[in-house]
Amino acid sequence: MYNLLKIENGIAISREAIPQVSYEQFFTTLSEFVNNDGFIVQFFAYKDGINHKLIAVVRNTDLYLISTQVGTSFQSLTGNSSEKFHMFEREIAEQFGLKPDGHPWLKMVRYHENYSGVKDVFGNDYNKPIPGNYPYFSVEGDAIHEVAVGPVHAGIIEPGHFRFQCAGEEVLHLEIQLGYQHRGIEMMLPKLPHKRFTSICEAIAGDTTIGHTLCMCQAVEALAGLSVAPGPRIVRTIALELERICNHIGDLGALSGDVAFNPPAAYFGRLRGEFLNLLQVLSGNRFGKGLVRPGGITYVMGKEQCTLIRDKLAETTPELEHVCALLFDAHTVQARFEHTGTVDHQMATDLGLVGFAGRACNIPYDARVTFPTEYYEGLPANRNLITNGDVNSRAMVRREEIMHSLELINLLLDMHESQRYTATPLHTQDHNLSPDSFVVTINEGWRGEVSHCILTDGDGHVQRYKIKDPSFHNWTGLAMSLRNQEISDFPLCNKSFNLSYCGFDL
Amino acid sequence: MLSIIKNRMEQGCKTSKYPKEPIELYHRFRGLPSINKECKAEIIQQCVDICPQDAIDPEAKTIDLGRCTFCGHCEIISDGAFVCFSHNFDLGTANREDLVTSGSLPTLAKHSKKHFKKLFGRSLQLRQVSAGGCNSCETDTNVLNTPFFDLSRFGIDFVASPRHADGILVTGPISRNMKQALMDTYNAIPSPKVVIASGCCSISGGPFFGSEQIIGDLSSLLPIDLYIPGCPPHPLTTLHALLKFFK
Repeated sequence: MYNLLKIENGIAISREAIPQVSYEQFFTTLSEFVNNDGFIVQFFAYKDGINHKLIAVVRNTDLYLISTQVGTSFQSLTGNSSEKFHMFEREIAEQFGLKPDGHPWLKMVRYHENYSGVKDVFGNDYNKPIPGNYPYFSVEGDAIHEVAVGPVHAGIIEPGHFRFQCAGEEVLHLEIQLGYQHRGIEMMLPKLPHKRFTSICEAIAGDTTIGHTLCMCQAVEALAGLSVAPGPRIVRTIALELERICNHIGDLGALSGDVAFNPPAAYFGRLRGEFLNLLQVLSGNRFGKGLVRPGGITYVMGKEQCTLIRDKLAETTPELEHVCALLFDAHTVQARFEHTGTVDHQMATDLGLVGFAGRACNIPYDARVTFPTEYYEGLPANRNLITNGDVNSRAMVRREEIMHSLELINLLLDMHESQRYTATPLHTQDHNLSPDSFVVTINEGWRGEVSHCILTDGDGHVQRYKIKDPSFHNWTGLAMSLRNQEISDFPLCNKSFNLSYCGFDL
Repeated sequence: MLSIIKNRMEQGCKTSKYPKEPIELYHRFRGLPSINKECKAEIIQQCVDICPQDAIDPEAKTIDLGRCTFCGHCEIISDGAFVCFSHNFDLGTANREDLVTSGSLPTLAKHSKKHFKKLFGRSLQLRQVSAGGCNSCETDTNVLNTPFFDLSRFGIDFVASPRHADGILVTGPISRNMKQALMDTYNAIPSPKVVIASGCCSISGGPFFGSEQIIGDLSSLLPIDLYIPGCPPHPLTTLHALLKFFK
């Protein structure tokens, strides 16, 4: 523990302050931390001159930082310490060609050439189309069959490939191979003027526009020494909660559709539109694009917008309660939701699940409470009552979070009205970032912990930009939830998680 | 059963009367921009400098809606002196050049291909492919199936198999890793078929222009019949474009 530096969410520190230890110490410290109720927020490599360095940001109830230097390979933490490192080490191998020795599942993550131009760890020829050299896990036997789904799916959704190993209807193993959405965001960001950061961050995952843009803005604010007034902070908080409500409602609708219970599917679908429209009231865009910028917000929330939001909440809250009751009280729905796609608490902890999927497995971590940003400090926290780790729990957590978020928005509107501030819309501009600095930001997006890191060089240019969407942790959770389930339950399990393809693929 | 009926009564009929009756979007919505050609060069330059999408041409005094994400910063910085976004959501065009506009777009109905109207006017089945899309275009396309928009009442549906489709609606900047799957899907659709580019990503790469990991422009792969700009296009923009082009 003594090697770890305690840091704060959204506070920049000098690069000199980052503790540099030998890989051996790095390995022991992280192993010990992660196996004692510690979780990984960020774990990535960057190039420092001719050397490669690894940085890990970890959390329990506080945030900690540690760094080391590695050669072309290093001893895998996944294989020797904890599954929580699994995806992060694969990413490091793919991005910089650094090989984690002894990694039990070393496959590529997004299928692209590494940034350093060194020999590819996976032996891929990237002129060939995806999936390249991707050894799917397979089960052998006369009664075993394999089902391949995707990348193009049946509905209007993002692409990804699913490979099921089945014995009859029963799924023995599901492997999820992503990368189809890879747009090279981390690679391109350091080369671009700041004015392009926001439109790109707004499109990391369009359903988490506010979550990702907040992370980026808080990071830039920390590095440029900008302060944000309370008024804009309230508006940003409201926007993040509206985003949460929209997505949870949409997924409850999709879950009702997946169990062929059409009335709530239709009602939730329409109600979600009402909340997307509230984001449009705030920002002129149904996803809140264009609203959040470093230093504040571009569209001020006036009396008119306050009233519109308040009235709409008053109108839709009882409707939402009734439609939720319609869905959750139907015994046919309960029969399909309960004991389906269970990820038990131990498994969820081992994998390090975050967000509502984690809370449904009784991992209460909520970044709004543990690392509050914007206006969350002091707002009432939510408590989830049903946490068995099945589809029912994930659906119920969303129901509870919708109701909680509605309360929060009403509270925030009250606070906003009592604030006396005259805000002017903000102009986007390039900021001078403090040189040789490091910052990590965390926000609780609707799926869970969203985090961005920026590392600047001696001239204040962005040297490394690291993005983590909560889906990066949780896709493995979905794969595990399918173990010994019927393959026909896949849509239900999938929707109960509703993970981001593009947020993962970047 | 009783609770279903009770909910049904509470919900009422929410389907929009559009297009029979016009629909007014909230005034903050940013639709078709108008451009003041008389604007001072220095103000125009301010707009050019701030535009994250390089969508403004200061010489021709035009804005490229195929690149624009409608973030509205040019309007804010110039206080509406050069660019001013209206609430008009009719943005679909049949030609890429028409999207480079100084404030007006040709009437889509006149530019649509006559044989498409004959072939698909009564029934249009589309296959959607997300090729690097961020899930906002996908979401706002999905929304067309909710009771408010109720796309099926116009005989337009999104189908699961390309074999059942009359055309393809593409979102996203065409990530390199989706190129093959996109082309396979397109080739699986029986001819004659239509190609629709939805959202600025599929038209120009959107926010990701310049990335090595994307193709960035659908027209370099497929012949596009209909362009629907936006980031994402408002569901009404998509609905308007589909109705005008095919009906």
